[in-house]
Amino acid sequence: MNAPAKVMPHPTHKFKLLLRREFWEHKGGFLWAPLVAGGIFLLLSIMGFGVGEMAARRSSGNFDIDGRGFTVSGIDLGALTSHMDAADLQKLGHGIDVSLFMASSWPFIVLAFVVFFYCLGALYDDRKDRSVLFWKSLPLSDRETVLSKVASALLVAPLIAVAAALATMVGFLVVVSGAVLLHGGNPFTLVWGPGSPLKVAGQMVAMIPVYALWALPTAGWLLLCSAWAKSKPFLWALMIPLFAGIFVTWFDLMHLFNLESGWFWKNIVARALLSVAPGSWISTTHMPGNFGGDNPLDTLAAVRTTYSVLATPQLWIGAVAGVAMIIGAIRLRRWRDDN
Amino acid sequence: MNATDTRNVVTARGLRKAYKNKVALDNADFTIPAGRIAGLIGPNGAGKTTALKAILGLIPFEGSLDVLGRDPRTQRDDLMNDVCFIADVAVLPRWLRVADAIDFVAGVHPRFDRARCERFLANTQLKPNLRVRELSKGMIVQLHLALVMAIDAKLLVLDEPTLGLDILYRKQFYQRLLEDYFDEEKTILITTHQVEEVEHILTDVMFIRDGRMVLAAPMEAVGERYVEVLVDAAQLQAARELKPIDERALPFGKTVMLFDSVPRDRLAPLGETRTPGLADLFVATMKGTYA
Repeated sequence: MNAPAKVMPHPTHKFKLLLRREFWEHKGGFLWAPLVAGGIFLLLSIMGFGVGEMAARRSSGNFDIDGRGFTVSGIDLGALTSHMDAADLQKLGHGIDVSLFMASSWPFIVLAFVVFFYCLGALYDDRKDRSVLFWKSLPLSDRETVLSKVASALLVAPLIAVAAALATMVGFLVVVSGAVLLHGGNPFTLVWGPGSPLKVAGQMVAMIPVYALWALPTAGWLLLCSAWAKSKPFLWALMIPLFAGIFVTWFDLMHLFNLESGWFWKNIVARALLSVAPGSWISTTHMPGNFGGDNPLDTLAAVRTTYSVLATPQLWIGAVAGVAMIIGAIRLRRWRDDN
Repeated sequence: MNATDTRNVVTARGLRKAYKNKVALDNADFTIPAGRIAGLIGPNGAGKTTALKAILGLIPFEGSLDVLGRDPRTQRDDLMNDVCFIADVAVLPRWLRVADAIDFVAGVHPRFDRARCERFLANTQLKPNLRVRELSKGMIVQLHLALVMAIDAKLLVLDEPTLGLDILYRKQFYQRLLEDYFDEEKTILITTHQVEEVEHILTDVMFIRDGRMVLAAPMEAVGERYVEVLVDAAQLQAARELKPIDERALPFGKTVMLFDSVPRDRLAPLGETRTPGLADLFVATMKGTYA
């Protein structure tokens, strides 16, 4: 740097800007899609309550306001609450937690699709529209570029989806509270008290690291196809594992290892294609014995259950395979240009 | 690194690149000294773009190639701090906003001068909020050029930079490059087949044909070596004995002949002499390329 440069070299923030670059390009998928999915869920639940009210009103036909509170169609939640004991409230709480998970699942379903197609296009789209030559004209290594895309898919997108899920959850609680108020109930004793939104939120945030590790093989495979394919990365990414699966099943190759063909489908094909779906690790977790007890969420989504995946070879072998494929994608990226 | 002024920016020896069914570069040798504007000129499919891609480390190749003291195959990441390029025209990501493009390059390139870039864009219709897909082709090139010219790079490579632009943008492009960018510490390498357009700004010229350099010389040397003579009909026979490399007939019985390395004093008696245009020289050199 002792050349008499007119511009003094200034510090750079390459990785930060690469992440921002991905966000600029994929704002629709990363930010709007989960938010819209949550919004649609809220809209549907409002409509659902509305339809329920109408049906109930039509069947009972009365609409009266009495001294104790505002009752609609004969259901008086205020009176109902006063008859509930602790066990009932606990059951109600579990029910609310389950519905909170249902509410927050919408952004996560969208997340699976967004991450899948994002990875598939990440190293292909810019070659197709030739803008890869612009990115390659800047002092950015292929490793930084590919890693920024991995981080966007496995950390940035899930973080935003969790935020959208939490917003949906809060929105849903508000909607339910409104419905409860309409029936003369107290939302604090009936909804916010027995339910545990903070616990559910904590469980979702805690999922992110597990998600990132679990989704590595799929992200790696899709990025590898994206970097390698000269055209139609979607077909290659889908057909290679599917035909491998069919081939293995047809000739019963897994018998050589004393395994069923199903093992190949579950541990190779599904891990290469479906691991970007949040919660797809669920069958690998170690459930505590009392599954299906009082609160199914305490077992299904508990942080302890989620993190038990970290003790399984499936997660780590998959992660290693994912990292290897990402390294392959970096190598391929080096010599792939617009042709 | 101060030594770059006295040495070549690019040195290629036995550069070879074969695609599946075509040899794009066939043992090409060439050098580009520092502080020059070199034109790499050749017909379609001659290997221009392949040569540039090799220099920029975008493709593997055989032979030896030294760009600013580095091997583009193995030291590309380091090389790109000092090299910048515009490959073809108007290919910026379509979703990118003007302001984001500036933020991005400013954040990843240590030698990018934001104020300079904004100055270049001040006199254009480019507004910070516009996306590339909303820009005309000429405006995209303006943006790309502003981004690149604000980078204090040692070597700037331009591959057909004005292809498809109208005459106003084309003139402006090269004028900008000369007035606001080029200085004795920088080197510019341009490929094009629009010869007339660059001939007045080049200091060095290289003709490439079928993957080989058929001519590589400073412009002054070209002027000394090649002479065009307007030969009268009467002198035709005498002139042909000096073996012109090209001849074309003009109306009214005159013939223009192009001579390579024939002393001017021997040509003067044959008719009016002048330095040939690069385009005529190009046509003469490339005769039979598409045959």
